[in-house]
Amino acid sequence: MVVGKMKFTFQKRVKLAQGLWLLSWMATLGGAVTFTLGCFLKTELRRRGEVMDNTDIHCVPNTLMIVGLASMGIDYFASRICQDALDAGRFPRWKTLMKPYFGCSIFFTTLMLISVILSYAMKGSLESSLKIGLKNGIRFYKDTDTPGRCFQKQTIDRLQMEFQCCGNSDYKDWFEVQWISNRYLDFSSKEVKDRIRSNVDGRYLVDGVPFSCCNPSSPRPCIQYKITNNTAHYNYEHETEELNIFIRGCREALVNYYMGLMNTIGAVVLSVFLIQSSVLASVRLLQTSMEAVAGQENVEIETEGYLLEKGVKETIMEYVGPVLNLLWLNEVAPPAAEEGAAGTTTS
Amino acid sequence: MAVLKVTFTKTNRDKLAQVLWVLNWVSVVTGVTLFSLGLFLKVEIEKRRELMSKEVDSVPNMLICVGLTACTINFLGGKICYDCVDTTKFLRWKLLMLPYIICTFFFTFCILMGALMCYSMRNDLEESLFLGLRDAMRYYKDTDTPGRCYIKRTMDMLQMQFQCCGNGGYRDWFHIQWISNRFLDMTNSEVVERLRSNVEGKYLINGVPFSCCGLHSPRPCIQHQITNSSAHYNYDYHKEELNLNRRGCRQALLEHYTQIMQSIGLIVLIIWLFEVSVLTGVRYLQTAMENVLRCGDPDSESDGWLLENSIADTARYNFNIIKNLGKCYQVDDDPNIDVPSTSQQAQENVPLKQIPVAR
Repeated sequence: MVVGKMKFTFQKRVKLAQGLWLLSWMATLGGAVTFTLGCFLKTELRRRGEVMDNTDIHCVPNTLMIVGLASMGIDYFASRICQDALDAGRFPRWKTLMKPYFGCSIFFTTLMLISVILSYAMKGSLESSLKIGLKNGIRFYKDTDTPGRCFQKQTIDRLQMEFQCCGNSDYKDWFEVQWISNRYLDFSSKEVKDRIRSNVDGRYLVDGVPFSCCNPSSPRPCIQYKITNNTAHYNYEHETEELNIFIRGCREALVNYYMGLMNTIGAVVLSVFLIQSSVLASVRLLQTSMEAVAGQENVEIETEGYLLEKGVKETIMEYVGPVLNLLWLNEVAPPAAEEGAAGTTTS
Repeated sequence: MAVLKVTFTKTNRDKLAQVLWVLNWVSVVTGVTLFSLGLFLKVEIEKRRELMSKEVDSVPNMLICVGLTACTINFLGGKICYDCVDTTKFLRWKLLMLPYIICTFFFTFCILMGALMCYSMRNDLEESLFLGLRDAMRYYKDTDTPGRCYIKRTMDMLQMQFQCCGNGGYRDWFHIQWISNRFLDMTNSEVVERLRSNVEGKYLINGVPFSCCGLHSPRPCIQHQITNSSAHYNYDYHKEELNLNRRGCRQALLEHYTQIMQSIGLIVLIIWLFEVSVLTGVRYLQTAMENVLRCGDPDSESDGWLLENSIADTARYNFNIIKNLGKCYQVDDDPNIDVPSTSQQAQENVPLKQIPVAR
């Protein structure tokens, strides 16, 4: 049962070849755009790499870059094929290459679709990676004298100022962490000693936040210390004060930023995928309609083009069968199964 | 004796005309570049308009005008050069070409002026920034006054973005009241004392806003009681360098704009050199075509030059023209005027008067 059968007159074949040439160059451009978007996304993820715990999310830009390069190659070959298609002398040399070409193309086009799905599906992984990374960043904020952690303070400060956020989930995360180093605490002071004693772990916790949490849009000078204490500041009510410091957590800010980026990229790559699929379908139709012309005296006859000779399932078995048989033969299988497998390969 | 004479064969002339046609179109693109550079500079200045006391818009406006003029002039030049290949078509433009070249010559001066103005804008800008920043700091606390309510935000964003503090340095904040009275507890004795100790009744503190805090400091930011070393543990005010941003915002902004202007100035200079070379080519083409027409044979060789006579002669000639412009009705050189004769000898030996040669 043939899939996608269409009749092609000579004129139609010519038009198909011309349209395919144009479409394949558009798809090459689309492939270049995909590659560029992959590079851009990777750069953006690496910029904030210090607040991410793992690099799992990097599979999205890596896939995009591979797919972009591959589709540029596929579409270049597609344009060469359609240039040779109408010339009966030059077309036969592509005959042996067609099957592997289609195999590769379908694989990479499917990979393109998978990368779009991944960009939406990796949100959870990104969020958990950021949660751990930010928690560590806030914990090591005070360790500016420890090698390997001395830039955490600067990283977190820059992040909070740029993304207009404070803390991990919100600003209260700073209340649970000692972010003022012991070298700047006067241990002879009564207030410091009281605070440290009141804490189980002996940490100096304050209801204050670093300066980078301050909101420039606030009408009053920033209140960073004794935030929850209404009486410590004149004309100040902690519950109704919204503009003093950033209320949003940095994890939410970063996830929103990256998901926005990936949504836009996903939309663009989806349209490139559609163009790519139509290129592949056109190449297949052109190939099958030209194969029917081969050997005929009159090249201007009407021929039939199709997408798949057999049904979808049978075609998949035809391609995947040899691969599976290879895997079965390599296993130490019982003789009956082996004979059965040998039987299917010979049939 | 012509200045820089070059002989052109027919093929040379045609090639010159074609090359100039292409170059004129490239010049249209450079004109668009000039226009967009002027626009970019205008936008950059508008972004920080609140921090400047007066508009510093002479340079961007000049660049925009020059860019647009360059586009039109070079578009016309391209058309002329395209027609120069054919001598019959050249006749259309013959009378227009010399005025066109003179206009373009003066126009290239404008481009050079534009480039030099880019480098000289600095002083104007510095003064404007000094006054603008001083006012912005003064109105920092007036977040409830309409028209000034966004100055705090602008100032804070500026100090954070450029990593600067105050006008000349962080000490500028010590001389103004940047905390509004509505956030001061007037019943508090400390506040009352501070207000009383000041002549004008201002609440001055040795503290700075949070946006002055340095990102590179290893310790949490110390914004208040900065000059008091004993107010903070393990703190020496004289040795502390990273706590606050040390650079003044005036200097930071000046450096930012100077960098932009230097790049723009360099690009404009390169465009000026390019325009001068195109102009030289057009002048050679014009003189070569005119000489061809004078010879009569369109396929013959002809000379092209920058000036027909030497520079001194051309200057004198033009100067005389300008001098004689006002002398329409002078009668000094008229040979038909009666010269009164006083003696017989004078009458017999009438001196031959030289008939002036018509130019």
